[in-house]
Amino acid sequence: MKLLRDTWLVFARHMAITARNPAWVVIGLVQPVLYLLLFAPLLKAVASVRGFPAGGAYNVFVPGLLIQLGLFGAAFVGFSLIAELRLGVVERLRVTPVSRLALLLGRALRDVVNLLVTSILLILLSVPFGLVLHPLGLAVILALQALIGLLFASLSYALALWLQSEDAFAPLLTTVTLPLLLLSGVLLPLSLAPAWLRAVAAANPLAYAVDAARAVFNDHLGDPSVGKGVAIMAVLAAAAVVTAARAFSRAAA
Amino acid sequence: MPSPAIEASGLRRIFRSRRGPVEAVAGVDLRVEAGEVFGFLGPNGAGKTTTLRMLATLLPPTGGAAAVAGCDLRRDARRVRERVGYVGQRTGSDPSVTGRAELVFQGRLYGLGRDAAMRRAAELLAALELEACADRPSASYSGGQRRRLDVALGLVHRPGLLFLDEPTTGLDPQGRARLWDEVRRLRDEGTTIFLTTHYLDEADALCDRVAIIDHGRIVAEDTPDGLKRQVAGDVVRLGVAGDPGAALGLLSSQPFVREAQAEPGGVRLAVDRGEEALPAILRLLDGAALELRSIALSRPSLDDVFLRQTGRSLREEGAA
Repeated sequence: MKLLRDTWLVFARHMAITARNPAWVVIGLVQPVLYLLLFAPLLKAVASVRGFPAGGAYNVFVPGLLIQLGLFGAAFVGFSLIAELRLGVVERLRVTPVSRLALLLGRALRDVVNLLVTSILLILLSVPFGLVLHPLGLAVILALQALIGLLFASLSYALALWLQSEDAFAPLLTTVTLPLLLLSGVLLPLSLAPAWLRAVAAANPLAYAVDAARAVFNDHLGDPSVGKGVAIMAVLAAAAVVTAARAFSRAAA
Repeated sequence: MPSPAIEASGLRRIFRSRRGPVEAVAGVDLRVEAGEVFGFLGPNGAGKTTTLRMLATLLPPTGGAAAVAGCDLRRDARRVRERVGYVGQRTGSDPSVTGRAELVFQGRLYGLGRDAAMRRAAELLAALELEACADRPSASYSGGQRRRLDVALGLVHRPGLLFLDEPTTGLDPQGRARLWDEVRRLRDEGTTIFLTTHYLDEADALCDRVAIIDHGRIVAEDTPDGLKRQVAGDVVRLGVAGDPGAALGLLSSQPFVREAQAEPGGVRLAVDRGEEALPAILRLLDGAALELRSIALSRPSLDDVFLRQTGRSLREEGAA
């Protein structure tokens, strides 16, 4: 099938480009590892506070850290596309009969693979700190992470195609990602938050992903928050993919 | 008679901007025959690239219709893409990827299998003299090499119609000459070529027909020679001894002279065909016993055509 073939071709091309610079996958790990080493210990003291979820500091914090990795690992991928737009690479590809959806999916799936590699590394690095995760839980977490990666990579590409300028892209990203992060309960659980903050966070889809991830890490795979978080991410990812693929077919540069 | 490679009527494109709509292309009618090299000439911002991008399916037209390579541009963009090659103004290759890998990838996007794409890449690398740098990332290529890679990318699927958007801008003279040869070779193989340029000598040297576009409209269209003849024909300058009045009186009444005026020390004539006018002028002056000191024939350049059609010199535009 043409879409699958085209997606594979675009994916393989971008995977090969990434493989020439594997350092980036490791560099992507630096920030979460710093959080793990320099921030998570603070939570040990807070974990006994009323309102802090059960399960121990690391089983509460690492899920959040993973979602943060998903957000920041994927949201900035648009920068590489802006560079390609400027060079004329995207224009050249748009003149070929390649599927526009494949132009998006091939790239975004490369980003998802990168993200899953860093996520697995981060989970492995967290084990010595006392993180516990079962194989089925790991599978669910990686599936959730893949959806988050697809969602934010697609959005990032769509924005890159609309704005076509790093000068506009960078401040917009920071403006959007920071509140998403703060209102998701990544750093500290929202169960500690006052009621009004929790109400605002209820509008943040990422908060549901964090809830789902925490439930999985606390061995509550059957918890309704798991299905809810995965479903919300799946629907948004699908919408983002469609939006970004349309942006590819209309790109003006 | 084969169907034309491009047939466009009333092609328009309006861009929205902060200061209101801008009509970049304001109704272009075009007919490009199969097998010809067609040049699209105009100053920056005249609508050359916008027209080209519409014809290459990159930009949907706001109005008008076009058939490109026998397919309807609006309804059948997919089949147009299968039949045309496009080399944009900017490079289309990723600097971190080798020329060979780019060509193989491009071939596969056009549906070639792995082996066929490898073979086609090798053919093109040889044809465009890129074998020496084929397996290096294109970041290390010279300007001419990168441009030839761009052209090779546009040729992977052997398109019958190739769009070249300012193919030689920024190349050194050698690189330009090399690319001109390539365009001629393609034409000899039967490829229709539609190119934009703001080099008049390039249009003159390469194109079978030229259209001049200004402010989104085609203001002139003909063969390069035909366009030049439209201007005012050739110019003959005569230096004569003594009063030029006698020579002026004699020559201005001749049927082949379109315009005659005296200038210090001589006469300036505009004639239709300079090479045929010269012997006649010599005979006339000899017969009237007028002493001729010098004679010079100059042909109008496409720049003169451009100046007349647009009121601006393209050379100044190009340098700006």
